[in-house]
Amino acid sequence: MMNFLAVRRRHPLAGFLVLALTLVVLGLAYASLAPSDDATAATSTDQSTAVEEGRELFLVGCASCHGLNGQGTDGVAPTLVGVGAAAVDFQVSTGRMPLAYQQAQAQRKPRFYDVEQTAALAAYVASLGPGPAIPAEEDYLGYSEADLLRGNKLFQANCASCHNFAGSGGGLTDGKFAPPLAGVDEQIIWEAMITGPQSMPVFGDGSLPPEDKQAIIKFIKTLEETPNAGGAGIGRLGPVTEGLYGWILGMGALLAAAVWIGVKAR
Amino acid sequence: MTDLPESGGAPPRRDLAHRIDPAQAGSHLPDSSAALVESYGAVPDPGLAPHEHRRADVDPAAERRAERQVTAMFGLSALATVGFVVAFFAVPDDAAVLGIGAQNAALGVTLGVALFLIGAGAIQWAKKLMPDVEIVEDRKPMRSTDEARAELVATFQEGSEDSGFGRRTLIRGSLLGALGLIGLPAVVLLRDLGPDPGSALSTTLWDDAAEGMPLRIVNDVTFTPLRPEDLEVGTLVNAIPENFEGSERYDGLPHEGPARINARSHSAVIVVRMSPEEIRSQQGENWDHEGILCFSKICTHVGCPINLYEHRTHHLLCPCHQSTYDLSDAANVIFGPAARHLPQLPLGIDDEGYLIARQPFAEAVGPSFWERG
Repeated sequence: MMNFLAVRRRHPLAGFLVLALTLVVLGLAYASLAPSDDATAATSTDQSTAVEEGRELFLVGCASCHGLNGQGTDGVAPTLVGVGAAAVDFQVSTGRMPLAYQQAQAQRKPRFYDVEQTAALAAYVASLGPGPAIPAEEDYLGYSEADLLRGNKLFQANCASCHNFAGSGGGLTDGKFAPPLAGVDEQIIWEAMITGPQSMPVFGDGSLPPEDKQAIIKFIKTLEETPNAGGAGIGRLGPVTEGLYGWILGMGALLAAAVWIGVKAR
Repeated sequence: MTDLPESGGAPPRRDLAHRIDPAQAGSHLPDSSAALVESYGAVPDPGLAPHEHRRADVDPAAERRAERQVTAMFGLSALATVGFVVAFFAVPDDAAVLGIGAQNAALGVTLGVALFLIGAGAIQWAKKLMPDVEIVEDRKPMRSTDEARAELVATFQEGSEDSGFGRRTLIRGSLLGALGLIGLPAVVLLRDLGPDPGSALSTTLWDDAAEGMPLRIVNDVTFTPLRPEDLEVGTLVNAIPENFEGSERYDGLPHEGPARINARSHSAVIVVRMSPEEIRSQQGENWDHEGILCFSKICTHVGCPINLYEHRTHHLLCPCHQSTYDLSDAANVIFGPAARHLPQLPLGIDDEGYLIARQPFAEAVGPSFWERG
């Protein structure tokens, strides 16, 4: 065995193999040492009110960063007083909260708390101070009659600069980013607009009335259903980006081919 | 072929009549080159480097391997071509693999592979198997023979006589005149560099906001005026002055065309609200209204409209070249190529409680220019 390895240690692929093995080992070590996701959450049904149940969950899962009374911790976590139930529903039901670790921006991941627990947390946080409530279903789903053209104009003026004109998302500063919008539930989109999660500004009902929100959601959903003809869509980023890809990848390949042609055979 | 290992015993399998003997490399140079080297200190021609044989030239096994490689490339190319035809008929045009249209991908990959392998096979053939011995071919003399030169001169003179270019002065004059004038269009076209834009670069629709006649700020899609109580902390509104459309102050801009686009691109603003204590500085004293701030939306670098606003850091990021402005600090540039802040509008509210701009911009919006006041 050792002889087998010794003979092949200068093989051209040996370096890649060692690198791959190292990465696998590191990944396994991290997975076994990182905080696990299946910590049990309190699911007591004995508490009489959702607020009480939410408070229990909050103390276990959220208070270490957001403070025992949701007042926040400077430089670590914002205050939750006045963020409202909608913000909790947005952050928790998309799995952004609880955070796995401190990072530039909370990422979407499988949800940690189930629907009932999320509702309890939302009820508790809403009791800390007045804030946007969870939107009504007839609001965020009632967009079938909305004005698609108006939705398009509003989207391009208000959303497209960060989320891209086709809702493909885009980068911000310092590792922050605007996520892609495809496949996001109407309720989540609505809650994001009224609460302004992470870096996103607030588009409250005063500056963006509910019927305009419906128009925007209709536009996003129409975009999502529009088939993407052709090969790789590259996030529908348009001909400029496709051209850029073509130039960089194509030129790279051409350069590699030119080098290969030019190198003298041995 | 002094570099061949003698112990190998295998002579080069092919020899070309013109191959260069390294011992005599450089001997084909004209005699004057030595004089050149001497008189000007020029670098002497080093001649050809000794020829090194490729493995396929000396090792029959390597030669067979190279032959197999080339054959395999051509063969795989043929297979890929067949694959293209099969994919065209067999893959349904609505199938998708990894979110990619499967038929387009299959057609592209098979045709690409087929074409690439023909080329790659040809290159491999040339590199590994075709002769690679250096050959020197001396340049032929450039000068024509004296007879040919004399004949050319005679032909030219004969043509000149026959055409009457020297004799028919009217034709000659008119031709020279026409040729002289043909340069004029190029000069006239320079006029399109103008006219001088005058004050257009410093003019926006906000200029109507004179003392006592403030302009309301309206949403730039719906043209509804803004009320401070509707704007929560963290809000961003893309806005435009009310005289752009939909109010009695409407200043008669056409509803489509370049004039409207120009007016909009000069006058677009963003309105943001933050807690008043978060505002560190402004371009004028009390130009905010209870934490509501209004800035030009046009980047001062090359004029992209920007509203990538991160409401927690109050950073406004231009997507074109990453200029970043801090809106809580008078919209000063904190990163990127922009050279000056975004101009700010002084805000207030009117009798009916709508948000207004009290004055026009104090400086030109958009990219900087030489005559900017």
